[in-house]
Amino acid sequence: MVFLIPELSKFFRIDMHISEGVLNAPVLISGAALAIAGTAIGLKQMDYDRVAHVGVLSAAFFVASLIHVNVGPSSAHLVLNGMLGLLLGWTAFPAILVALILQSIFFQFGGITTLGVNTILMALPAVICYYAFRKLIHRSPMLAMMGSFACGFVSVLLSALLLGLALVFTEKNFWSLSGLIVAANLPVMIIEGIITVFCVAFLKKVHPEMLNQEIS
Amino acid sequence: MIPEVFAGGNSVIHSIDPRIKVVSALVYSLVIALSNSFIILLSALAISVALVMAAQLDTREVLKRLTVLWGFILLIWMLVPLTYPGATLFRIGPLGFSSPGVFLAAQISLKSTAILLSLMALLATMSIAAMGHALGCLGIPDKLVHLLLITYRYVFVMEQEYQRLIRAMKIRGFKPGTNLHSYQSYAYLVGMLFVHASARADRVSKAMKCRGFTGRFHSLRQFEPDPRNRLFTVFMVFIIILLATVEVWIQTIHS
Repeated sequence: MVFLIPELSKFFRIDMHISEGVLNAPVLISGAALAIAGTAIGLKQMDYDRVAHVGVLSAAFFVASLIHVNVGPSSAHLVLNGMLGLLLGWTAFPAILVALILQSIFFQFGGITTLGVNTILMALPAVICYYAFRKLIHRSPMLAMMGSFACGFVSVLLSALLLGLALVFTEKNFWSLSGLIVAANLPVMIIEGIITVFCVAFLKKVHPEMLNQEIS
Repeated sequence: MIPEVFAGGNSVIHSIDPRIKVVSALVYSLVIALSNSFIILLSALAISVALVMAAQLDTREVLKRLTVLWGFILLIWMLVPLTYPGATLFRIGPLGFSSPGVFLAAQISLKSTAILLSLMALLATMSIAAMGHALGCLGIPDKLVHLLLITYRYVFVMEQEYQRLIRAMKIRGFKPGTNLHSYQSYAYLVGMLFVHASARADRVSKAMKCRGFTGRFHSLRQFEPDPRNRLFTVFMVFIIILLATVEVWIQTIHS
């Protein structure tokens, strides 16, 4: 089984997508319902003046998530949902939904029936990380560093856990598969943590207003 | 890097009203995702292939997208039959493949291939602008539609921005590796992308206001009445009802 892990992670790492045809009706429907609720909150907090702002950031997120970084002999896509959460708060929901729609049109990653579940996988951790870490990243340098590492790490961890949960709720015999997915994404979590540390430090130096916005 | 290969074309499918295509793609793929019997899944696969052929898509591009999916499916085939409990169907050395596992993996493969093909034929054959307009007509909130259109518009700009930054890094001798320096450089690259995005968003938003943006995009494209639209709708409704009824019928027999 071990030899499969790099390969496995390559496929489940593609922005934490669940492919079409895997999940059952209750999971798909509850995913869609939750995604609609989250998106509604996000849209409510985004007035027309901010649409351009969120749209351009969402485009940057889309492009940044296509960047590969080397992990030993293999490579990984950046996920960056924690970072987007810090920048956008609840508005991360519509931003991620739109990025996923574009991905399914451009590359046919994910699809329409899984759109809700995939939005939740990415956006819910983003919002959780926003509330958990937005204050911490402005504390003393040491705390800020730990906070931003945790933000990157936890956002991917939560995404992987949600993905595993969606699989287990579909089919209780998917336990071992879900475990493998979470394990396979461990290197990605660490890399996301490191990237988020540097990215937050960079933004604090270059454009601190981006991180200071009180959105809610 | 970011392709939109199927959007252009002048097949029958390309000329159908985007609203009809969006709705039928959604309902059709839902029916497939929720079906379980092999007869239904195989016929859905055949219908999807027929749709792709009707849309006259570039076979090589279609296959390229399918290979990505099949990589994932291959993993499912390697993992699910091995980890799934149940009667062993056959063994290869110490590895036992359980029959419910093989069954499930086959279902997933058929479903996902059929849905992916239908998405290529129905959704990828329209421009995002047309799709945004169609979504607006279908009652999706205006703000979300605007967000989709603006994101689409700036994906290409941001990609150029990314290419410019990565080129600058390469000129300065950046070689990606598994080390802290590489990750730091990538993080700064991403950070710079966000900073540029934010600055650009400010300018875009001001420019839009200067031009009197009131919260409405006007589409110049009119959906002309076309008898082919009605024909296509009837065809899709017929197919969807047929698949759904047979599936429900088979399931009631089995239970």
